[in-house]
Amino acid sequence: MTLAFPFPAIVGQEEMKQALLIACVEPRVGGVLIFGDRGTAKSTAVRALAGLLPPIETFETCPYNTAPGEPAINGDEKARGAQVSKPTPVVDLPLGVTEDRVVGALDIEKALRRGEKAFEPGLLARANRGFLYIDEVNLLEDHIVDLLLDVAATGENVVERDGLSVRHPARFVLVGSGNPEEGELRPQLLDRFGLSVEVTTPRDIEQRIEVVRRRDSFERDPEAFCEKWAEAGAEVRSQIAAAKARVAGLDAPEPVLRKASEICLALGADGLRGELTLIRAARAMAALDTTDEIEIKHLRAVAPSVLRHRLRRDPLDEAGSTARIERGLEEAFAG
Amino acid sequence: MSADTDTVADSGESWAQARLAAALLAVDPGLRGVVLTARAGPARDAWLEYYKSLSDEDAVWRRIPAAVNDEALLGGIDLAATLKTGRAVQRAGLLDEIKNGVGVLAMAERAETGLAARLAAALDAEPSPVLIALDEAAEPDEGAPAALRERLAFHIDLSGVTLRDLETAEEGVTREDVAMARVRLTHILNNGAERALTQTAAVLGVDSLRPPLLALRVARAAAALEGLDEVSDAEAALAARLVLGPRATRMPTMEEPEDQSEAEPDTPPEPEEPDEAQDQAPETPDAEDDTDPDADDAETPDELTEITTEAARAAIPAGLLARLEAGLGGSKSGGAGKAGAVRKDALRGRPAGSRRGDPGGGKRLDVLATLRAAAPWGKVRRRGMKRFTGGPALEVRREDFRVKRFKQKAETVTIFVVDASGSLAMSRLAEAKGAVELMLADSYVRRDQVALIAFRGRGAETLLPPTRSLTRAKRSLAGLPGGGGTPLAAAIAAAEVLAHSAGRQGRSVSLIFLTDGAANVTLEGVGGREVAMAEARDAARRLRGAGHAAIVVDVSKRGAEAAQGVARDMAARYVRLPAANTGALVDIARKAAA
Repeated sequence: MTLAFPFPAIVGQEEMKQALLIACVEPRVGGVLIFGDRGTAKSTAVRALAGLLPPIETFETCPYNTAPGEPAINGDEKARGAQVSKPTPVVDLPLGVTEDRVVGALDIEKALRRGEKAFEPGLLARANRGFLYIDEVNLLEDHIVDLLLDVAATGENVVERDGLSVRHPARFVLVGSGNPEEGELRPQLLDRFGLSVEVTTPRDIEQRIEVVRRRDSFERDPEAFCEKWAEAGAEVRSQIAAAKARVAGLDAPEPVLRKASEICLALGADGLRGELTLIRAARAMAALDTTDEIEIKHLRAVAPSVLRHRLRRDPLDEAGSTARIERGLEEAFAG
Repeated sequence: MSADTDTVADSGESWAQARLAAALLAVDPGLRGVVLTARAGPARDAWLEYYKSLSDEDAVWRRIPAAVNDEALLGGIDLAATLKTGRAVQRAGLLDEIKNGVGVLAMAERAETGLAARLAAALDAEPSPVLIALDEAAEPDEGAPAALRERLAFHIDLSGVTLRDLETAEEGVTREDVAMARVRLTHILNNGAERALTQTAAVLGVDSLRPPLLALRVARAAAALEGLDEVSDAEAALAARLVLGPRATRMPTMEEPEDQSEAEPDTPPEPEEPDEAQDQAPETPDAEDDTDPDADDAETPDELTEITTEAARAAIPAGLLARLEAGLGGSKSGGAGKAGAVRKDALRGRPAGSRRGDPGGGKRLDVLATLRAAAPWGKVRRRGMKRFTGGPALEVRREDFRVKRFKQKAETVTIFVVDASGSLAMSRLAEAKGAVELMLADSYVRRDQVALIAFRGRGAETLLPPTRSLTRAKRSLAGLPGGGGTPLAAAIAAAEVLAHSAGRQGRSVSLIFLTDGAANVTLEGVGGREVAMAEARDAARRLRGAGHAAIVVDVSKRGAEAAQGVARDMAARYVRLPAANTGALVDIARKAAA
């Protein structure tokens, strides 16, 4: 296992880091989409996530990461072994992956050798209760995208193929990253991401130098670099763990709910999904912030990420969606 | 004669630099590789030979064809071995094999974004392979994919190198030198080079932060090769020239670093004084870098930045200035953004899974999927043929056959249907003509075609059949008259005919209607608003059935209900564009086709 660049050592890119932290605390916000220029630490940030997440309780040999209390998938309670805690899975979905590998398929070894129909779980099983990361999500084959959407929406993977009939839970946070220059994302997929952030290359020269400096010292001696950042990493980790424990108990007071509706209306964001996500993200933000209830400032902090990709497309507006949303939010929060 | 020797010296210099890059890559494979622009020929062979002589002897070299499929690239099940042993045997893909080795990507300019993305992912991994992307691009617009250009440290152009250069080149570095440099490499100090190189990158308009990082590594590798303990001016300059210069997207001005470095960081990095007693290293090409620094840079904050920027300036591709002036920008977007509709059922292209069917007629059997389909039936079928002892372990029947599916990007045709009636005519037509010309200007690269139908008076007329030729378009668009009634139904019908024939040629069609939707001429060519409207809506519904992507651009001042209605019937997107705006129209058209 090669070392990942430590999360707190990423310079700038605050919105991206915030969005990822929110997804860690409240998986129900429904995924994070990171779009931006080349060389802006998109993949680096996602790969750093693994080091921040608290472990999950599951069974030793369960390929589906079932939780204690959940029945075993094939009904064989003994086969999944003893209860253990494992690191939260962060599973890479490589481009060019076959449908078989994503949903799982007939175990060809058992079929050939024993003439037995057995199911070999795929990446969706491995990602259950964790993160599923797709780099260059805009280049993913359409039929894989459709499949992911379906599973992400239902939280369950249903396999009916090769004479097999299997269903298993597949609840995961979808994290996608990509470079818009390589191609746009289909609107159906866009909408499924709870948060969307745009990353741009830092303009401040000192910040750029700091990025180069840190990345360089990481590449030269990853171990020493990670060691140096271990403490900061532990802090983030405990912040996430504490927030996770607190998040469910946080209430959204009336004025906050009202404001959320107002913002969505003012910006013309379609559907209730935006409003719901706005509240959930703000709740996670408040949990990270260790306040007692959700405040307006939390809404303000998460609104750009939540609403950016939900704005109606306006081919005549030359400004990018980030500029538009900032403009809209200025107005909404001024009143 | 002196001019002659000049060119020889120049190309000799570029050959020396190319060789130096090879040596640096051998010292630090973390530089990821090189984009080698050259036709197949002795110079390219000689470079590869030279690099091979310096890199690890036992490194695996693999050639990656530009049309490589995922199976070969990423590996998969080894069928022969699987059947023999009865165990699923995985076969390593090319990317696995070159994990610590060298991949040579042939015809990199033809590599698709998908392949580029897979290679990029491999290059980001640790350990990363060394990738040599052979770029044989003939046109300035072509080139290796941006995702690869970004990650590979060196961009080397060998096209100017002559045979004489190859013969007269001095003895280069040896494998022993490289081995010693590698030992040294871990201890080399940056000596403030990271600041200078990052600033230089910013000045040259290099946005990504990977290039300065790669430049820094190059500087260290160069210092290691020179036997130094820290990066000196000469190595920083060399790195700027080799890595940053070729990536420049604008000509450097010295003002920017002054402006920006006013913001002091929280922890001011003490830039060690560049060693004054720095001897010019004899081997580095810095010696010939005698372009005079601009005299007006009286106060520069960072001497080293000035040196690196000046060095990089010398390596800025000659065409950059011309390209900037032509408004093309310096960055190659590498076929970005636009993608034609994907044709399923193609016989070539990217593999897209498999489906049940008989092979033949160009369709290829997907052996693995076929076996997979047959496998669950093994027991049942064997029972039926018990009398054959030692029969096949697996019986494959016809219904198990799976054939490979491929998809291929289709060419697109954008059909503009322009309302030339009444008073709006002239400005609208001018706008549409402008859009057609703009789209055609880059259509060769995108493999798009554009057509134009105008309607006015009694009927519609195809002014420009689908074409890719700008000259032809200009000729047939000149002197187009306007005015008269609005025969919208006839226009939609004409568009359908044109779209149909284009569709049959395997092209994907997008239609763009510029109109206010106020039909008042019937199909028979007589006036009558009500009948004309009804006919137009009928035609629109028929067109919807054909399933082409369509957009109705409402050109009326206030937005017309009629145009909205037509858009609805056509299942088209409705866009308002009250003021003439060619740029916005082109944008809309591109999005429609994407």
